[in-house]
Amino acid sequence: MSGSSNIAAMKKIVQQLRLEAGINRVKVSQAAAELQQFCLQNAQQDPLLTGMSSSNNPFRPQKVCSFL
Amino acid sequence: MCDQTFMAATFGPCDSCGKTGPLMNIYIKNEPVNYCSFCVEVMAYRGLQKGETLETLRQESDTLKKKLEEERGKLNDVELHQVAEKIEVVGALSIKTRRVLKGHGNKVLCMDWCKDKRRLVSSSQDGKVIVWDGFTLNKENGVSLPCTWVMACAYAPSGCAVALGDGLDNKCSVIPLSLDKNENLATKKKSVAMHTNYVSGCTFTSSDMQILTSSGDGSCALWDVESGQLLQSFHGHTADVLSLDLSPSETGNTFVSGGCDKKSCVWDMRSGQNIQTFENHESDINCVKYYPSGDAFASASDDATCRLYDLRADREVAIYQKDSIIFGASSVDFSLSGRLLFAGYNDYSINVWDVLKVTRVSILFGHENRISRVCVSPDGTALCSASWDHTLRIWA
Repeated sequence: MSGSSNIAAMKKIVQQLRLEAGINRVKVSQAAAELQQFCLQNAQQDPLLTGMSSSNNPFRPQKVCSFL
Repeated sequence: MCDQTFMAATFGPCDSCGKTGPLMNIYIKNEPVNYCSFCVEVMAYRGLQKGETLETLRQESDTLKKKLEEERGKLNDVELHQVAEKIEVVGALSIKTRRVLKGHGNKVLCMDWCKDKRRLVSSSQDGKVIVWDGFTLNKENGVSLPCTWVMACAYAPSGCAVALGDGLDNKCSVIPLSLDKNENLATKKKSVAMHTNYVSGCTFTSSDMQILTSSGDGSCALWDVESGQLLQSFHGHTADVLSLDLSPSETGNTFVSGGCDKKSCVWDMRSGQNIQTFENHESDINCVKYYPSGDAFASASDDATCRLYDLRADREVAIYQKDSIIFGASSVDFSLSGRLLFAGYNDYSINVWDVLKVTRVSILFGHENRISRVCVSPDGTALCSASWDHTLRIWA
């Protein structure tokens, strides 16, 4: 790091670190549980996950109907 | 103390003391100013509190970094996949290529879906930007631009315009779309953003009125489309910023960016403040994407891994990697529920990861060259991938 901007840059870094060290954090177990809950709540509405049937998904080929 | 060398982009009279010489371009309260190196140093000294010197600052930065590590480590009581052990495994996926969009003459660099869930815009290295109808494969609009490096493109929320990020003239422009096929859209191009290096990513915010851009000059910026005015700039990355993503939550006014300095940063859009920083990757971060709830984000990197970061736990919570995957990941996106993570790699394949169990569910083959971008449609019915093999594929 070049000398002229050292102090200005260091001051910024220290201020940023002070901010980051002070934020509120939650435990991973709680955060992970909430991520999991979101996934499970929305799983049924996720077409790529549940594999929507052709009639609902416009990209899938439509079932061909034939006259009897 | 001898005057150290620095990269001088400008030469002229200093904004502070008036002496002519090489100037440093710095930002004071978001206004760009040019100061000579002596004035920068003087300003920095004035800002020091009593008793602070370079040495004390350096020591404080080291102790703060250690404290940050400790605080983050204290909360790591369990791994994500352990929490997810009890839930059902993802069933076999029946995702296949349903459409192949041919028409570009060179590598497709970027694509974006329209909110109407059927249209998409793609940009390629031949300077062409095409708006497609995903259902019918109809090319609705095409623009030929004089530049050949349209690295970023984004659809406006209203569906009436597209934003294009230019790698050569360093601008981001907005083009209004018209229903008239004969109209030459290139003439209606309006330059909005101006960076000092290539524009790597762009996105509209909640309306057509503002765009957010990331650039190779290491900064991100928020612009007003109508006036072209810079509303807020975001400085903190120490190398090119390659990607950004806006938070999906309604109350969120934040976005995440990732770049060549291996860091991903979360920013507050209103204040320009860097809220959180994560430094876990071992190489350039090519893409960052928020989890659908807005509480986490994923990043894809040249170190062949994708990682999940939880914003409330303020740490990395999962690494998606395999010994057999040695090529860099260029792009990621989540499925609608956030259970699946689609990642495009430089080995021409797309790996589908189970986000919670941290295992690979499936691999999608089909492209014949690197994947440059993967994007899930707004209603989650399909995945679109853009590749250097000149095509886009829609998977469902």
